[in-house]
Amino acid sequence: MTKESVIRLCVVVGFIALVEGLCRTGVIGATVMTAPSQMASQLLRVLAAGTYNHDIAFSFINIVCAAVLAVVAGFGLGVVIHSLPRLRQALEPLLSSYYAVPTFIFYPVFIVLFGVGHGSIIAIAVLLAIVAMITATLSGLDRIPAVLRKTARVMRLSRARTALAIELPAALPHLFGGVKLAVAYAFIGVIASEFILSGAGMGYAIAYAYNQFDNANMYALMLLVLLSVTLVNGLLNHIDRRLQRRQQR
Amino acid sequence: MSRALPLSDLVRMQAARRPEPVHVELAQVTRRFTHPATGEPFQALGPIDLALVKGEFFSIVGPSGCGKSTLLDLLSGLGKPSSGRVLFEGKPVNGVPEGVGVVFQENAAFPWLCVRDNIAFGLRRAGVEAAEVQRRVDYALGFMGLRDFAKAYPAQLSGGMRQRVCIARTLVTQPRLILLDEPFGALDQQTRLLMGDELLKLWRETGATVLLITHALDEAAMLSGRVGVMSTRPGLFIDFVDTGWPADRDSRVVSTPRFGEITARLWEKLRVETLKIMGGAH
Ligand SMILES: Nc1ncnc2c1ncn2[C@@H]1O[C@H](COP(=O)(O)OP(=O)(O)O)[C@@H](O)[C@H]1O
Ligand SMILES: [Mg+2]
Repeated sequence: MTKESVIRLCVVVGFIALVEGLCRTGVIGATVMTAPSQMASQLLRVLAAGTYNHDIAFSFINIVCAAVLAVVAGFGLGVVIHSLPRLRQALEPLLSSYYAVPTFIFYPVFIVLFGVGHGSIIAIAVLLAIVAMITATLSGLDRIPAVLRKTARVMRLSRARTALAIELPAALPHLFGGVKLAVAYAFIGVIASEFILSGAGMGYAIAYAYNQFDNANMYALMLLVLLSVTLVNGLLNHIDRRLQRRQQR
Repeated sequence: MSRALPLSDLVRMQAARRPEPVHVELAQVTRRFTHPATGEPFQALGPIDLALVKGEFFSIVGPSGCGKSTLLDLLSGLGKPSSGRVLFEGKPVNGVPEGVGVVFQENAAFPWLCVRDNIAFGLRRAGVEAAEVQRRVDYALGFMGLRDFAKAYPAQLSGGMRQRVCIARTLVTQPRLILLDEPFGALDQQTRLLMGDELLKLWRETGATVLLITHALDEAAMLSGRVGVMSTRPGLFIDFVDTGWPADRDSRVVSTPRFGEITARLWEKLRVETLKIMGGAH
């Protein structure tokens, strides 16, 4: 373990311990927040009982669908836009100011289009995630060194083989940055949409618990979301680091 | 230009002097570009007449920006001449012909493949059977001093070693014409001399025609059978120097008086050209 990661661990553990102490001593009241140890034990309890299994599955299906759609469609659109320089020049300002728009304002539109359920949640999450993937694809394709394309021509590779055997692997480390962002946005999009337009899912369950003054379950579910995000992000970072290591020149 | 250009006298002269068949030929070749800043067209190269005979080791020296890499692009079929003809083995070059290998000035190793897979890439894609790929790659790894790095990735190697990977990747496909664009530019002097020896060994073994672009006069003088000196832009050949080395030469020729004479003659021509650039004359 590096010194930095030891310090990072200490900060996180210290923060948790502090909150734990404040809760136990009553500085933070039980109506405000449950102690981290209680969150964990309550989470284990509801997981064992299967109380929220349906909501958890509902959310994860949404997240996986949204992330996959955003990555695949974002990559495809990125490739098309990259091959049409005129179109790209026209779109570039729109793409770069895209994240200034609070996508969630469109939720009524999606309810009208897809109804309440998977459809509109996934649609909002995809809308949120896809542009990150498009942008990453554009810059990934830009950053393929010209000499690699020349090498492909000298090896007399066909256009399709050049794309698959040279351009894709050469751009992959940059594309993966887009994948990471798309997954993060898919998480945010799904959980947040479930707050406002769903009858199921982890976001819905948190909102429901909140309305019922059910702090125990609310914080247990929050912990679950945090742990899931941390786990998925850690996995993606691990893959990312492996890709980047090869890229350094 | 649709009219077939006649072979120039120079090409015929060069070809006549040598008993071996002409392998590569450029006749009245020019290349124009548009200036990226001003949008003005300018002539980067030529008109060039050049004939390389089969199995020749030919080097080009010239001031930077004189069109050496452009010339190499035309020979490899990566670029098209603005006028004139390029022939490889008697046929007009249109796209990269089979049998041509190129080692580029820039690092062209595939970062996502280990050294072994990098070297095997061209062979595998050409459908060479696995055992033969293995044999040739092992040989190249040994030859290039990369045996201990077969499993390493390019990012873990020094610039010189990466360039060796690229050279090996090109050579295992056994091209009949090998084009090298300042391949040793990133290497220190000692390594350059030793790599030169390796290149000479390969050249002798394969009998390939080699065209080497270099900015190092000593490298050109030591390795080549013939050296072409190019002028400042638009690049033209202003001198050809026959070194007269035996085929079994190696880097030890640098200690002979002849080496000094050749280098001096190259420098005499190049000095004038380099001064033109330094003086700001275009
Ligand atoms: N694609 C291009 N577009 C415009 N100018 C170019 C292009 N390629 C090369 N040039 C110009 O042509 C000249 C010769 O370039 P190059 O062949 O790379 O020189 P060298 O390899 O001898 O250093 C340079 O002035 C360079 O800027
Ligand atoms: Mg060059």
